Amino acid sequence: MLSFIGRSIVQKIITLFFVSIVSFLIIHLAPGEPSQVDPMNPKFTPEMVERFREAFHLDEPLHVQYLYFYRDLFSGKTISWKDNLPVLKKIWERFLNSLPLFIVGTILTWTISFPVGIRSALFRGGLYDRSFTFGAYLLISIPGFFFAYSLIIMVVYLFQVPVIGMETFGIGDTAWTNRAMDRIWHLLLPSLLGATGGIAVLSRYVRSQMLEVEGQDYVRTAKAKGLAPDQVHYKHALRNALLPFVTMFGLILPGLIGGSVIIESIFAWPGMGRMAYEAILARDYPVILTINFVSAVLVLVGTFISDLLYLVVDPRIRL
Amino acid sequence: MNVNPHTDAQDYQLDEPLVPKRTRLQEFWRLFKQNKLAIAGLVFFILFFVLAIIGLTLTSGTDPVLDPALVRLQEKLRPPLAKPNLEMLQPDERPPLGIYVFGTDDLGRDVFARMLQGSWVSLTVGFVAVGIAIIIGIFMGGIAGYYGQRHIRIDQLMAAGFLTAGAVLLITDLIWAGAVFLLCGMACILISILTKSSARSKTKPAWARFWYFNTISIDTLVMRFVDIMLCFPSFFLILTVVALLPSSIYNIMIIIGLTSWMGTTRFVRAEFLSLREQDFVAAARALGLNNFRIIFRHMMPNAVAPVLVSATIGIATAILTEAGLSFLGFGVPPPHATWGNILSDGKGFIFDAWWLTFIPGIAILVVVLSFNLFGEGLRDVLNPKLRERN
Repeated sequence: MLSFIGRSIVQKIITLFFVSIVSFLIIHLAPGEPSQVDPMNPKFTPEMVERFREAFHLDEPLHVQYLYFYRDLFSGKTISWKDNLPVLKKIWERFLNSLPLFIVGTILTWTISFPVGIRSALFRGGLYDRSFTFGAYLLISIPGFFFAYSLIIMVVYLFQVPVIGMETFGIGDTAWTNRAMDRIWHLLLPSLLGATGGIAVLSRYVRSQMLEVEGQDYVRTAKAKGLAPDQVHYKHALRNALLPFVTMFGLILPGLIGGSVIIESIFAWPGMGRMAYEAILARDYPVILTINFVSAVLVLVGTFISDLLYLVVDPRIRL
Repeated sequence: MNVNPHTDAQDYQLDEPLVPKRTRLQEFWRLFKQNKLAIAGLVFFILFFVLAIIGLTLTSGTDPVLDPALVRLQEKLRPPLAKPNLEMLQPDERPPLGIYVFGTDDLGRDVFARMLQGSWVSLTVGFVAVGIAIIIGIFMGGIAGYYGQRHIRIDQLMAAGFLTAGAVLLITDLIWAGAVFLLCGMACILISILTKSSARSKTKPAWARFWYFNTISIDTLVMRFVDIMLCFPSFFLILTVVALLPSSIYNIMIIIGLTSWMGTTRFVRAEFLSLREQDFVAAARALGLNNFRIIFRHMMPNAVAPVLVSATIGIATAILTEAGLSFLGFGVPPPHATWGNILSDGKGFIFDAWWLTFIPGIAILVVVLSFNLFGEGLRDVLNPKLRERN
């Protein structure tokens, strides 16, 4: 167990090192430079460009730039080229904005997909199951931006509530109940949209897991000895079908920083995805690289946690 | 294997011929027919294919039948099936179909023509991107699965390291250092070739033992590379690279292809690991076939089923990604229409001109859905575990 943990930590650190190199190379070897973002601006004289390049070490060779960048990142001194704010602080602020979306989206995903998937597995081949299958494919296939606009039109026409942004502009200091309702309305649509893909995939997975367990011998035995169907389904079958899902808790971690670029720009939500999009437009390399690095860390930590959970949950696995 | 049933019939005492009654394709079709959703997917898939080709022929060239770029400012935002205002238009501006089938956009361009033009873009992006991903995936997965047990020696590692370092330094304008590194790499290769015969002898000197020391296996190397690629948030990575490179449809295809081969690699590797232990591969090797023939003639046809499924679903994902990029404004450059940028241009008029949002949106939905349903149908049919149940 301890040797497994040690080995996988070393492995993940090596992976992370290569990820940092690859992402750095991708960004810096692409044609064009941040100093050329706005060539039409009369303030960008050649001397200004030269000063800019010097201030951000752009005139150094690549490996020196690489060392500079990661030295700054680990000492927490990286600053954004666009507005000279510390990158980590910027990311933290945006992260706090994205966090409610992520939490509500995750809760929606996990609470909706389980009942739906289990029910369609229990009534396999029936009308419910077939319409559920089609619905799941529909949700996977619908382009997020199109779905977002359809939902916005529907909500605006049906309920006459505003949905763009984090809160209604100028809501000021009305009663806290109004403000809370306002926040909930604004939160609901983007997090639902962020959850659609997850709901479709996860509920299909729940269904297939449940079907597999329902075909096992011990479930037949439980039925044969005359247990109530509920007890068979929810005590004998479901508990064993849940096993792979425990490990998926680790895999939702990367979603923390990903945020959805498209959803956040449609809803004018000042979250991580939108910041990443703006950073890409402005060629703000420190922000892009930091987001990339942090998300790679989260992916690796997520897989590590899910491996560990698998070890803890499934006694059959011994490493 | 190929026993003729007529000459040896009495030995086998068979009432029926050895050849199965149905060919593999007929069997496949019989199973596939049972899945109504998959059939619907296939029908829409073929329909989309035909439409895209018709669209390409009708909207390209110097004098297209349906001109997607023709601006009619006096005919802005006409709803679908609206009749053109004939006295306001020049004779060559009249829509050839007599009506605006899908209406016009905010510049008075015919949305029907633009949709036809966009369908070809979606089709090519989907197929080319997935084609690139599949080729890389089969290549990497094949190497990892077939040659996976072999180890990379120190000398190969050093040569590769020197050559890449030299190439990187050359790119960053350090020509002398780059040339030195490249020469070191060449020297490594040369020394390896020259000392190859002496390395086989049993009494190896210490430096040779180090020189030919086995490091990591090829399998580990490829799979770690897959892990590295999986660490990147894929849409963000695609967006970054597309935004940094000059915008063109070929860049988008290549980038989507280069960032989506990891799944195929894993499938092919897993299939190859189990196939290479099978008897028919051992037989092929015993016959003295070369590795190339074993891989591509004997193993690949048996490993292709999961690749086919993931390719079909990959096309759907690629079309969605392209639409998302076009929507954000990073897609194909403007005068050319894609479904994503028709929708993106129309979003400002969503309350006045619903067709600019809903027609491309529903078109993307239907096409992606048909690919997904067809792919899942294929998965069910090609999965032997499920086949027995039917």
